[in-house]
Amino acid sequence: MTSAPVTEPASHPLDETHQQRLALREGLAVGLATAAYGVSFGALSVAAGLDIWQTSFISIVMFSGGSQFALIGVLAAGGVGAGPAAIASAALLGVRNGIYGMRTAPIVGSGLWKRLAAGWITIDESTAVALAQPTASSRRVGFWVTGLAVFIGWNATTLLGALIGDALGDTRAYGLDAAAAAAFVGLLWPRLKRMQAVAVAVAAAVVAATLTPVLMPGLPVLVAALVAVVVGVFNWLGGPALPGAASARKGLRS
Amino acid sequence: MTLWQIIIAASIAVLALKLAGYLVPPAVLAKPTPSRIADLLTVALLAALIAVQTLGSGQALALDARIPAVIVAAGLFAIKTPFIVVVIVAALVAAGLRALT
Repeated sequence: MTSAPVTEPASHPLDETHQQRLALREGLAVGLATAAYGVSFGALSVAAGLDIWQTSFISIVMFSGGSQFALIGVLAAGGVGAGPAAIASAALLGVRNGIYGMRTAPIVGSGLWKRLAAGWITIDESTAVALAQPTASSRRVGFWVTGLAVFIGWNATTLLGALIGDALGDTRAYGLDAAAAAAFVGLLWPRLKRMQAVAVAVAAAVVAATLTPVLMPGLPVLVAALVAVVVGVFNWLGGPALPGAASARKGLRS
Repeated sequence: MTLWQIIIAASIAVLALKLAGYLVPPAVLAKPTPSRIADLLTVALLAALIAVQTLGSGQALALDARIPAVIVAAGLFAIKTPFIVVVIVAALVAAGLRALT
């Protein structure tokens, strides 16, 4: 309460409590939904050759779905030899969390330990819920509740998934390799709202597939990332957001 | 590098990037190019990972049960099916096709 910047008009205290309660509810709901797919990460990580300890370590310390799936995806394809490429893929996918941190820092306020804890749980979900709230105090509630709910749920279900994956044995027979690809589709889907993003996605997929037989595992994904840098620097196809978004969506449905 | 070293290095790198966001002055965000590149970087990496995960078989390309599974998954995400349901259905499609062939 004390460190909140007074950016909005003084609202009624009852209204404020109401907004905080809504933020709390939304945070818990998002936490539950996200936790559900921690099971798939745990199972896929074990399928990629990691043990239960290694799998849980990643979910605790790295704690970022996209980076975690990327790390085990590259390791599954290339083994320990693809280690540097696996690290680079995970790190590049983690860049967006740094961008989120710039936006959530004013919400969290100052204080070393508070910022360290906040940084740890700065991910897609906590940032999205926090920024969607209308008042400073509900943004703070939204950020912490979502981050902590996802952290607890994600780690519990990662462990559960790792135990299940361990018990399954031959994971290909259960289609877990296809489940990994489907999980990436789910992470990508909400980001395809603009023509520019759709074009980058298609180009990156083509580059990665074409280079797979030529380069060592992990590198095709990193080379494909250059597509984003080139398109981003020159802002190709980066026209106005709304018409692009509409046509992108239509294009995807067809 | 051992598997543990890879895991620890990658985890610390991702955590450090999160913490770095709290040290950068917000003025950087005012420029559109860095945040646009970061957004597109995520899109490109995920799309590339889908391609490799669906078509790659070690260092070769292989057309198998993963392709119909991923197409089904994309269709389900398009009609807003929950993530965990889609992941399970994709696994079942691939497992089913493999059991049949």
